[in-house]
Amino acid sequence: MAIVAQHSKFSKIAMPVLAWVVALIFFFPIFYMLLTSFKTDADAVKPEFLFSFTPTLENYTNMTDNYDYWRFASNSVITSVSATIFALVVGVPCAYAMAFDPSRGTKDILMWMLSTKMLPAAAVLYPMIFLTKSIGLFDTHFLVIMVLSLINLPIVIWMLFTYFKDIPKDIIEAGKMDGLNTWGEIKEILIPLAWGGIASTALLTFIFCWNEAYWTVRLTTIDAATLSKLIEGNRAPEGLFFGRLSAVSTAAVGPIVVLGWFCQKQLVQGLTFGAVK
Amino acid sequence: MKATRISALALMTAAGLATTASAQELTIAIVNNGHMINMQTVAEAYTAETGVTLNWVSLEEGVLREQVTSDTATGGGQYDVINIGMQEAPIWGAAGWIEPMDFGADYDVDDILPAMRAGLSHEGTLYAAPFYGESSMVMYRKDLTDAAGVTINDNDSWARVMQAAAAIHDPDNGVYGACLRGKPGWGDNMAFVTTVVNSFGGAWFDADGRPQLDSAMWNQAVNFYVDLLGSYGPPGSEGNSFNEILALYNEGKCGLWIDATIAASFLEVDGVAYAQSPNAGVSAGANWLWAWAMAVPTGSPNSEAAHDFIEWATSKAYVQAVGNHPDFGWGSVPTGQRASTYAIPEFQAVAGFAAAEMAAIDSAAPAASDIKPYVGVQFAAIPEFPEVGSAVAQEIAAALSGAKTVEEALADAQAAADAIMQEAGYY
Repeated sequence: MAIVAQHSKFSKIAMPVLAWVVALIFFFPIFYMLLTSFKTDADAVKPEFLFSFTPTLENYTNMTDNYDYWRFASNSVITSVSATIFALVVGVPCAYAMAFDPSRGTKDILMWMLSTKMLPAAAVLYPMIFLTKSIGLFDTHFLVIMVLSLINLPIVIWMLFTYFKDIPKDIIEAGKMDGLNTWGEIKEILIPLAWGGIASTALLTFIFCWNEAYWTVRLTTIDAATLSKLIEGNRAPEGLFFGRLSAVSTAAVGPIVVLGWFCQKQLVQGLTFGAVK
Repeated sequence: MKATRISALALMTAAGLATTASAQELTIAIVNNGHMINMQTVAEAYTAETGVTLNWVSLEEGVLREQVTSDTATGGGQYDVINIGMQEAPIWGAAGWIEPMDFGADYDVDDILPAMRAGLSHEGTLYAAPFYGESSMVMYRKDLTDAAGVTINDNDSWARVMQAAAAIHDPDNGVYGACLRGKPGWGDNMAFVTTVVNSFGGAWFDADGRPQLDSAMWNQAVNFYVDLLGSYGPPGSEGNSFNEILALYNEGKCGLWIDATIAASFLEVDGVAYAQSPNAGVSAGANWLWAWAMAVPTGSPNSEAAHDFIEWATSKAYVQAVGNHPDFGWGSVPTGQRASTYAIPEFQAVAGFAAAEMAAIDSAAPAASDIKPYVGVQFAAIPEFPEVGSAVAQEIAAALSGAKTVEEALADAQAAADAIMQEAGYY
């Protein structure tokens, strides 16, 4: 009994402390990046200015004046939002069919879709570049939206499928008995019931689209270039431009960190789906 | 009435043409470094004067190569002006991927440093105009060498460099004798290692393109490199390239550093002195040569405007524009491209490294020779070199980390290089 009491007392103090330590370790790189973004490039690499320095907004003004930050940011918003919507428009009916009207091949199709994520992106890079250039789609919003949608579609369908599977089939069938057609079932029954799952899927997809760098860097030049390309363009092999790079990175991840902060409940739900069953 | 309508139409057409002319745009792919970033601001004056809108695509070196290569090779036409290095310029010129450079008399093409012109040309035709250039040199802490009672001279022997590194090596106080590139990559560790090999009289390939990594010169050079860096270098040197060493140097942790001359403009410790690169009896090729140059891809739809822009961006007037710019000044002018830059008193006054840099560039020897039957100093200007260089770089890094002996690493490197060159059809 005494051991149990000691144990719980220890847990009461130690566990929160441990949680804070882990949280601070994870948060430190973001904090360090934020701090560095207010230093000059020269101060950013000097250990004596780690915490004590004269803050400057020079990196941020440089980013907006010389790098056209708002163009990159608006492209990120346009492509991420559109790709998320498109992936859901395709994913919801697809997951609906697989969850409530499965065929013998449904499991295989799901596995096949997941297997497409295993293909190394580099393997199809050059065909993609040549093909999109020859049909005039290179560096267009349409191309980036399509690519972002398609690379995230397997995850979207899998997540939605898992949420939909938790909804009793009887409820859907009751709707059918009441005269609803397929679209009516999705609109009137499925979406309201699975709203939480759809929202967390949308959030995660949006974050994946926003952070995607491999394709967005390589399939764009100017018109459809996203924030990933802006960050990539600030890496330098000769020269320590950490202040500038930190400002660009902070401005690129800022919106997604704020979004994640407000939607953390849905995000945790999305990230742990299927973990406890 | 009809005449009025025709006049109105003519006016509208003229206005339309004028709009088209003033609305010309150039898309420029640049590597991300200080000089290129400054150009974006300085070029606002160019846009104001000519009406040409400049769209900048700033990219990290590796991604720039990837994008520009795929675009240029396929005639994609995404870019009107591209930044390319000395490794690509002669190859792409020979392949017809980039247009020959042709400048007006005012440009003074003879003012471009001869080594740069040679390295950016193919069969005597200049294919890219140097925006800035660099060689390599020794950058050492004179306070430390003085305290240790050693000297470092121009073109010292490697043995003397080893002695100096040993004398100033004081790891207990956080000072390492020699900081050198160790990170694997054809432009990273192999840039330095190749200059050491050159100075021992070695070369990457013979006249038939057969790799020479199993030669005695490579063995001596790599053994020396591993000894020097292993004994007197900072721990984890196999992960260090330019930026990592620059950070160490500015923290006061490096006694001497042999690297790109451009590093001198980033050094913020007191008492730095410069010396020409050491060698082991052969001075040609002991210091490297590199330029970031501007070229016009053959597929560019705005070729004429692109040439005009390059003529401005690589001119003497551009150097003056940076030097006199309120945001930059003479310490920020691009160097290593024109002899006249080094004669500007204002530049000499702020750049203590200027004389050493120009001497290093002048003594670099990119042309093919009996010892080194290919163009290039720290690389070979052949399309297969990046693949060969990357494979060998991994082996040298393995030798440096102790995962392999130098002999094992060079034997494996030779086998890898041999396979690549055979597959490419050299022999």
